[in-house]
Amino acid sequence: MSAAASAVLVDGLVVRFGEVEAVRGVSFAVAAGEVFGLLGPNGAGKTTTIRVLTTLLRPKEGRALVAGHDVVREGLAVRQAIGYVPQAISVDGALTARENLEFYARVTGVSGSERPERIAVVVEAMGLASFLDRLGRTLSGGMLRRLEIATALLNRPQVLFLDEPTVGLDPTARRVVWERLEILREEAGTTLLVTTHQMEEAERQCERIAIMDFGALVAQGTPEQLCDEFGVAALDDVFSAATGHGIDEGGTLRNVRAGRRLSRRLG
Amino acid sequence: MSAPAADFHAGSAELWPRSLLARLDRLREGTVAMGWAELRKLRHDHLDIFTRSVQPLLWLFIFGTALRHNRALSGGFHDYRAYLAPGVMAQAALFIAIFFGLAVIWERDVGQLQRLLATPIPRLGIVLGKATGAGIRALTQAAVLLTVLAAAGIAIHWNPLDVAGTLVLLVLGTGGFACLSMIIASLVRTRERFMGIGQLVMMPLFFASSALYPLSIMPQWLRIVARVNPLTYEVHGMRQLLLGISSGGTLWLDFAVGSLFLTITAGIAAKTYPRAIL
Repeated sequence: MSAAASAVLVDGLVVRFGEVEAVRGVSFAVAAGEVFGLLGPNGAGKTTTIRVLTTLLRPKEGRALVAGHDVVREGLAVRQAIGYVPQAISVDGALTARENLEFYARVTGVSGSERPERIAVVVEAMGLASFLDRLGRTLSGGMLRRLEIATALLNRPQVLFLDEPTVGLDPTARRVVWERLEILREEAGTTLLVTTHQMEEAERQCERIAIMDFGALVAQGTPEQLCDEFGVAALDDVFSAATGHGIDEGGTLRNVRAGRRLSRRLG
Repeated sequence: MSAPAADFHAGSAELWPRSLLARLDRLREGTVAMGWAELRKLRHDHLDIFTRSVQPLLWLFIFGTALRHNRALSGGFHDYRAYLAPGVMAQAALFIAIFFGLAVIWERDVGQLQRLLATPIPRLGIVLGKATGAGIRALTQAAVLLTVLAAAGIAIHWNPLDVAGTLVLLVLGTGGFACLSMIIASLVRTRERFMGIGQLVMMPLFFASSALYPLSIMPQWLRIVARVNPLTYEVHGMRQLLLGISSGGTLWLDFAVGSLFLTITAGIAAKTYPRAIL
């Protein structure tokens, strides 16, 4: 795959926190318009990789291009071309849904004359009309996620990064979020880079998948390719076949605590 | 060889002011966006601003009334409550500002900070917008305090220019202390440690300043500390404008110190802020 056709190109990425190597030489490419899943247990380095791609962290080695721009040297151009929904809740609970949309339209540089139309489009796309004037802190987990995704679409991103978009959501809310994302991709051709530790969800939603474990990429391909490669029937079994351990065994106290706190808040 | 070089120089000379203007414009947009959000939050929570306005009134009417006729504390001025008014106005704003950094830690914990830093908004715009938010809160408190001063018949200069100048000094100082608080928050990163350090910083700032009493009654070593405290200049300028009394310094120095303090702390905060996510 050539660099020009890739929405995201990651080459030999290394990230260290002191002694700890959180990402150890990861390389992959995401084609424009693709839904790409980054899979792995908590602490595998998925979020760290996303933070490099969203210009929040500088890699120690290697390089990454997002929408054709280098994440270190052209950080501003990258930030203009992307949308990012972090794992934790990123909308402001002290503002209404509408005010959150207005705020993110302003900070992503949508001009005043374009704002009403852009906001109307994402409200329609994510189905927010019924709770626009409620404060963020009164919204349910599913509403919050849709609102967050909506705020990340206001600048019409080429690449949308979603870090564990369905964690803590009940099955209905989860389905609604994915339906909305599916429509978005069909209509706007947005590239989606999604992290998850739910194999079954990845199998259903992602066209291609990269599996991370302890900071390294252990396998990548379409779900079918991965099943064939490891001689298993479902993607669920690919992880243990590729790494020799279960997906729920990774992670640290900090990850577990953060995950539980998040689920509690999302209720 | 020389022609392309000349072209290059001509081209860059033309480009430079335009890109600088564009950058300033983005900074303005970012600051306005952050300030707008802060203002909206305030509108959803009027009770907060009301309860915070009570504290300076307690200082003024309990502490101030108890020591009303003490001429030493007021540096010879006839009414200690009037002398104290600019001090408690600045102090109440300091209380808001110094705990403003707590929001940085909160926003880091919930994920808002990561999200914001991945948008094209300039870092300095985030910091200045937050400082504006602190300034707006300080202004609403000041409005309550001024209203009460008028109702209680405590004599100050009601000349609009004097009041406006006082509020400018208040906003500069509050913005500067809010930035200082954001610097501390982005370095210590946990709520508990931040609260400890916040208390540790606030008390000396308050007591080693001219907020409650003039520098002239302090021992020499404390006077030196107060001289490097931006709060001293803030209060000095406010007192000169509202009461017409000065303990020696000049008004332009007070404005200069306020502006410089805000510029330096905002510049540092813009650098340390992105580190808060680690």
